[in-house]
Amino acid sequence: MIAFLIRRLFQAAIVMFVISLLSFSIQDNLGDPLRELVGQSVSEEQRQELRDQLGLNDPFFTQYLRFAGKALQGDLGTSYFFKEPALQVILKKLPATLELVFGATLIIILLSVPIGVYSAIKPHSLFSKAVMGLSIVGISIPVFLTAIMAIYLFSVELNWLPSFGRGVTEHVFGYWDTGFFNMDGLLHLLLPCVSLASIMLPLFVRLIRAEMMEVLESEYIKFAWAKGLAPTRIWFLHALKNTMLPVITVGGVQIGTMVAYTILTETVFQWPGMGFLFLEAVNRVDTPLIVAYLIVVGAIFVVTNTIVDMIYGLVNPTVRLTRSKA
Amino acid sequence: MMKTITSLLAGSVLALGIAMGANAVTLKMAYDADPVSLDPHEQLSGGTLQMAPMVFDPLVRWTQELTFEPRLAESWERIDERTVRFQLRKGVTFHSGNPMTSADVLWTYNRLKSSPDFKGIFEPFDSLKVIDDYSFDLVTKEAFPLVLHTATYIFPMDSKFYTGPDENGEPKDKLVKHAGTYASTHESGTGPYVVTSREQGVKVEFDRFSGYWDKASKGNVDKIVMTPIKEAPTRVAALLSGDVDFIAPVPPTDHQRIAGNDKVNLVALPGTRIITFQLNQERRAEFKDLRVRQAIVHAINNEGIVEKIMKGFATAAAQQSPKGYAGYKESLKPRYDLNKAKALMKEAGYEKGFSVTMMAPNNRYVNDEKIAQAVSSMLAKINIKVDLKTMPKAQYWPTFDERAADIMMIGWHADTEDSANFTEFLAMCPNKETGAGQYNSGNYCNPKVDELIKLSSSETDAQKRAGMLQEVEQILYDDAAFVPLHWQNLAWAAKKQVDIAPVVNVMNFPFLGDLVIKE
Repeated sequence: MIAFLIRRLFQAAIVMFVISLLSFSIQDNLGDPLRELVGQSVSEEQRQELRDQLGLNDPFFTQYLRFAGKALQGDLGTSYFFKEPALQVILKKLPATLELVFGATLIIILLSVPIGVYSAIKPHSLFSKAVMGLSIVGISIPVFLTAIMAIYLFSVELNWLPSFGRGVTEHVFGYWDTGFFNMDGLLHLLLPCVSLASIMLPLFVRLIRAEMMEVLESEYIKFAWAKGLAPTRIWFLHALKNTMLPVITVGGVQIGTMVAYTILTETVFQWPGMGFLFLEAVNRVDTPLIVAYLIVVGAIFVVTNTIVDMIYGLVNPTVRLTRSKA
Repeated sequence: MMKTITSLLAGSVLALGIAMGANAVTLKMAYDADPVSLDPHEQLSGGTLQMAPMVFDPLVRWTQELTFEPRLAESWERIDERTVRFQLRKGVTFHSGNPMTSADVLWTYNRLKSSPDFKGIFEPFDSLKVIDDYSFDLVTKEAFPLVLHTATYIFPMDSKFYTGPDENGEPKDKLVKHAGTYASTHESGTGPYVVTSREQGVKVEFDRFSGYWDKASKGNVDKIVMTPIKEAPTRVAALLSGDVDFIAPVPPTDHQRIAGNDKVNLVALPGTRIITFQLNQERRAEFKDLRVRQAIVHAINNEGIVEKIMKGFATAAAQQSPKGYAGYKESLKPRYDLNKAKALMKEAGYEKGFSVTMMAPNNRYVNDEKIAQAVSSMLAKINIKVDLKTMPKAQYWPTFDERAADIMMIGWHADTEDSANFTEFLAMCPNKETGAGQYNSGNYCNPKVDELIKLSSSETDAQKRAGMLQEVEQILYDDAAFVPLHWQNLAWAAKKQVDIAPVVNVMNFPFLGDLVIKE
């Protein structure tokens, strides 16, 4: 286990290095940060002076080495727009995004497992057919469209739910302000979470259904039926456990992907999280923030995958995390 | 007598309301972005200029009719060619409680002179001479007609408040764009609102300044909560659902929706930002031929663009200066005439046409990409084949600096609200040393135009000066120096009881201090 973690750590370091080099090398193509820092009528001379001050006129490797040196000490640069350390800016926004992803994940788990299992057990029922039809629609509608339609229906027309932002939040600790512990915060969470979940939910319903149907066809289930076990025991204990193995793998990767989808959801709902932050940073050519975001998201991917691998080991004892010598 | 009692009553009711925290009039508003900094000298941008009149009052300010209104400067008079004497209002205090005097104005002036963004505007000024606590002279290097125009940018800052080292040992008045400075996060101005909390990109909260000097102002808003909402559909939804009371800007696609809703009001004003295409004469020999340029201007139906693409949310233009500016010439009209365009192309020997490249941004101006596409297809009718490329503004500006295409789009708003500014940046002969023609990607160059603009910059007789500026517009029109499209309109929307019409203006910085919310 420890060897596995150490190896993962080493891999993570390589991933971080590659991401930082890549994101650093594309920054010249993102545009000119000076344009966003000064007014339109400021002279070219003034701009060059500022560029010198920021060290943007230095050769690529000088800039990268300067960045890497500081990065090793935990300093990923200072955001041009927020005028604070980029890492700090992102960490401040991280809780909002994680709450959004957590809420969406909760919705996905609570809905996809029962629906997926039911439609596998009763594939010909009307409900199952409706679910399959709807899931195709759900997958094909882009998340920003779902979000905008949800806003118009529930905020503008029905006036049930707020249209943007996080509402009232309560301070927990550090940078973490939560919207989970009061009504206003929860109401604000509802639409963004549902919109974010809408893209993954159909995928998981279909995945669980397909896996479950396959498992139900397998020898050991037939044997269990023959043995005369209660249907609930066969479905929810024997079959479900094996169904969930691939679902967990896919799920882990998808939660990482969901962080990427937050960019769209957060933009539509003006959700003050890191996805929206990233899009704004790109628009403003806030290069230190862009680089820091890519590194942080890279880290999130590595961490979630590591956790998934560990859970996988727990669920399925035949999977060994480290190659044993025997 | 009755009146006094009523107002006394009203006053005590108001005081009671504030004391109880109830009945306080709150305005919840959403712009597309929040100010980048609380330092009014950090960046010359729309966001800063929207924040400044709320927190800091200027010496003078623009009215809706583009005349000047005294604010912190009570009166002024021109003493000689180079000097204007200002009398400051007495009894004005900053948010910190310090009284405002000429010393603060001098301090602010010197800081403006050192700001990379503002020093260009203050270049014609030689010095500010303090006479006594409440009067001072603004002295220009030469005779200069735009002293008051420029004075709208002087928002006196509290010199005592901003002097000394902050907790990190840095000077409080430090002016740096890319590091958090004291001035970018703390304020003490004389304006109607005090910033009580601010989370960049999320929310800014303002309270009415209890010691605000302008008791005559009818403004009754005690608290403002400003949230940036980037996405236009969300911003509109937030207004329609009642989550906010006031939004700007309003996208053209939603005008009808808002105008048709009986709970909200839409207020639109003709804007002053001109959208144009420039024809690069250095890259293309064809564009050196006046007939070709004329043909292009005649081939583009900009009134059609305004109607179809801008949904009427713009004013078709034939010149740079919008109505109300000194250089605006009434007789210059849009001149779409396809037959004439074809004839001109034939006359110039380009009946078969040619191919050109065109570039435009796709997130800078309203419908910029669609406009560029429409113009491309209009040019196809006179056999000019356009290879169009659009890109986000972040990438567009470096490309524009390289003059990377034969035809490039540029929009311009005059920081001085004056006609000469357009020509200085867009149509004077490009000159690296003087900075003239910095955005003249067409490389159009007419010494007569340069001469007139230079003369106008030291002409203090307003009428003579207007004559010169109008002559410039006529020359640019006759020369088809650029392709004028339209002036973008500005639009705001608010709940019915929020009376925004009197406080909005073409500069797009609503004077929220004077905003009235009816019961």
